[in-house]
Amino acid sequence: VIETPPSAASGSVPAAIAPAPIGPSWLDDRSLRSWLAPTDHKRIGVLFLVGTTVFLLLGGVFALLLRAELLTPETDFLPPDQYNRLFTMHGVIMVWLFMIPAIPSGFGNFLVPLMIGAHDVAFPRINLASWYVYVLGGVLVLGGLFLGAADTGWTFYTPYSTTSPSQVAPVVIGIFVLGISSILSGINFIVTTHTLRAEGVTWFRIPLFVWTIYGTALIQVAATPVLAMALALVGVDHVLGWGVFDPSRGGDPILFQHLFWFYSHPAVYIMVLPGMGVVSEVVCTFAHRNPTSYTLLAVSSLGIAGVGFLTWGHHMFVSGMSAFDAGAFGALSMLVSIFSAIKVFTWTGTLWRGNIVVATPLLYVLAFLYLFMFGGMTGVAVATSSLDVHWHDTYFVVAHFHFIMVGGTLTAFLAAAHYWFPKITGRMYPERWGLVAASLVFAGFNLTFVPQFLLGNAGMPRRYATYPAEFQGLNVVSTVGSWVLGLAVVVPLVYLTWSMFRGRPAPPNPWGSRSFEWRSPTPPPPTNFPPEGPRWAIGPYDYDRELT
Amino acid sequence: MNGAVTAEARRIHASRLGMWVFLGSELLLFAGLFAVYAGYRARLPRMFVEGSAATDLVLGSANTGVLLTSSLLAVLAVHARRTRHPRRASQLLAGTTALGTLFLVLKAVEYHAHLTGGLGPGGPVFWTLYYAMTGLHALHVLAGMVILGVLAWQLRYRELEAHVLENGANYWHLVDLVWLFLWPLFYLGRR
Repeated sequence: VIETPPSAASGSVPAAIAPAPIGPSWLDDRSLRSWLAPTDHKRIGVLFLVGTTVFLLLGGVFALLLRAELLTPETDFLPPDQYNRLFTMHGVIMVWLFMIPAIPSGFGNFLVPLMIGAHDVAFPRINLASWYVYVLGGVLVLGGLFLGAADTGWTFYTPYSTTSPSQVAPVVIGIFVLGISSILSGINFIVTTHTLRAEGVTWFRIPLFVWTIYGTALIQVAATPVLAMALALVGVDHVLGWGVFDPSRGGDPILFQHLFWFYSHPAVYIMVLPGMGVVSEVVCTFAHRNPTSYTLLAVSSLGIAGVGFLTWGHHMFVSGMSAFDAGAFGALSMLVSIFSAIKVFTWTGTLWRGNIVVATPLLYVLAFLYLFMFGGMTGVAVATSSLDVHWHDTYFVVAHFHFIMVGGTLTAFLAAAHYWFPKITGRMYPERWGLVAASLVFAGFNLTFVPQFLLGNAGMPRRYATYPAEFQGLNVVSTVGSWVLGLAVVVPLVYLTWSMFRGRPAPPNPWGSRSFEWRSPTPPPPTNFPPEGPRWAIGPYDYDRELT
Repeated sequence: MNGAVTAEARRIHASRLGMWVFLGSELLLFAGLFAVYAGYRARLPRMFVEGSAATDLVLGSANTGVLLTSSLLAVLAVHARRTRHPRRASQLLAGTTALGTLFLVLKAVEYHAHLTGGLGPGGPVFWTLYYAMTGLHALHVLAGMVILGVLAWQLRYRELEAHVLENGANYWHLVDLVWLFLWPLFYLGRR
């Protein structure tokens, strides 16, 4: 049964969750100090959301410039050298300054304590430190950008990265610093989930979003140091010429690739696991029912986090890997698809015969399901080494990971931004604009990236500013698509900013959700809960029981 | 159990758990370098044997003794704090940091001899790894000394909770533990 418009638009709220009297809100303190040195997880979360959104826009502008250059086969306004620098910075900014921190440090910070019944995270001051370390990392990367940027690609493969005349050092140092921020946040989420759950909130009663943030935190803590070390070696090498990966001194450039992907493959799951948590929350709320299997959704998050550590070799099938190793890494990579498929089927099963209400967050989630499945299936294809040899370093791979990163993470980020907008700001966004923007994102995304699959399969290599004339048709489609996608990201930014100040005041639980974060006042008070903590009699997805 | 006690127990549990997770993360920072070492040693066994033969076995082994003793003092400091002798704990920690200083001095003597002997970083990878791994370790020794120095000061002139001292001592043990792997890898594998 599909009902429109959602309860939010009509303003009707089930009697069981009628508005609580309006109390103090976390937004009451408007002083500058409260934003400069907050220890409140909600403020730090919002600061991360603002910071990551700024970098999303910057990385997005770079993407638009790259696509504009690719409108014609020849060099138009970006000579190859500048093109190289631009796609490097696009990757660096999108990966380390937007996708990795956006959902965990942004929404995770705001929501995890509210979802487990805690007054704050375990280490509020370390949380604040994590924000400023993030800012420092961002400044270093931007500094490198203004000094002339790096031109190595976001992967920093040796030996080129150690000899490149571009600004490799400030950028890798910036990423090193961003890694520290990521580790600090990870430690905080692990300890918070272990020690601060309210009475009665057992491990198998925490909302599913918390499971994914927990799994993400495990990856952040375990994988980030290895990348930090590898990039530190590249930085030292670039500045002092130590030659750790230089074959003439006994080094091995391939070893750098191993270290890099040991982090950067699990990092894909840092980027997409929290998005999966958002999807789980939105699906259950808008289908108004229990997930088909809570346990499967929870445990598969840890499964993805675990198996993700064993797959890094699939990035290196053409780097001189033995057939046996390639086969092993290929098979291990495909294990990820089992856990992912468990999730996709459980979400679909939850929607199946659910009491569905269509609103913007659900629309983004439906887009996520389609795009993530498409991206995941092509992932199984590129994990097959015989096929990968054909597709390696072509636009096929570019399209594949953008289906996961943009189609997955960005749509989940936008779903979260709409779904929790009332919780965070206490105001509603305009539903009609939301539906329009979500449709635009979906259309623009497909227009941009489906042609890239075809281009890659036809043999167009990635990372070149020019291409043979026969590829132009599909490139034009892709570039036009990038304009639609760009517009589609700016539209929500405009109306969400407007709604922050002028939106209709939100009811306490506009979507009629049972999840724990909606059981505190909206917007939440500064300390979330009364000192003794909340008592929740029924679970976060018990839609068949009355909420008391 | 009343609410205040529970909150207190939780806070201490959180502090300990946070430190252990951090130590795990630190271990993985070194793990990357150990992986580089293993990969290169497998490819170039001779370079590593010859390199190990050229490191200073006497000073390296003396430093092992120095760090192990310093860790013993840290353990005794934790015990002293638990048995409510903060002043003695402070003195023991001062001993730990003094031995840390001795470690760094001996390390500097080694570095100086190698550098003047023409065995600097940037040559064969064995020596680059030697400086990278022992250098990163020395930075951790320095960080540990700062941490333990602050804790010793707090024990002497302020209050210090037992679990905070334990966390600091655990960090020192990590530094010690990493050295127990660096020592055989760089000094003992000489044939």
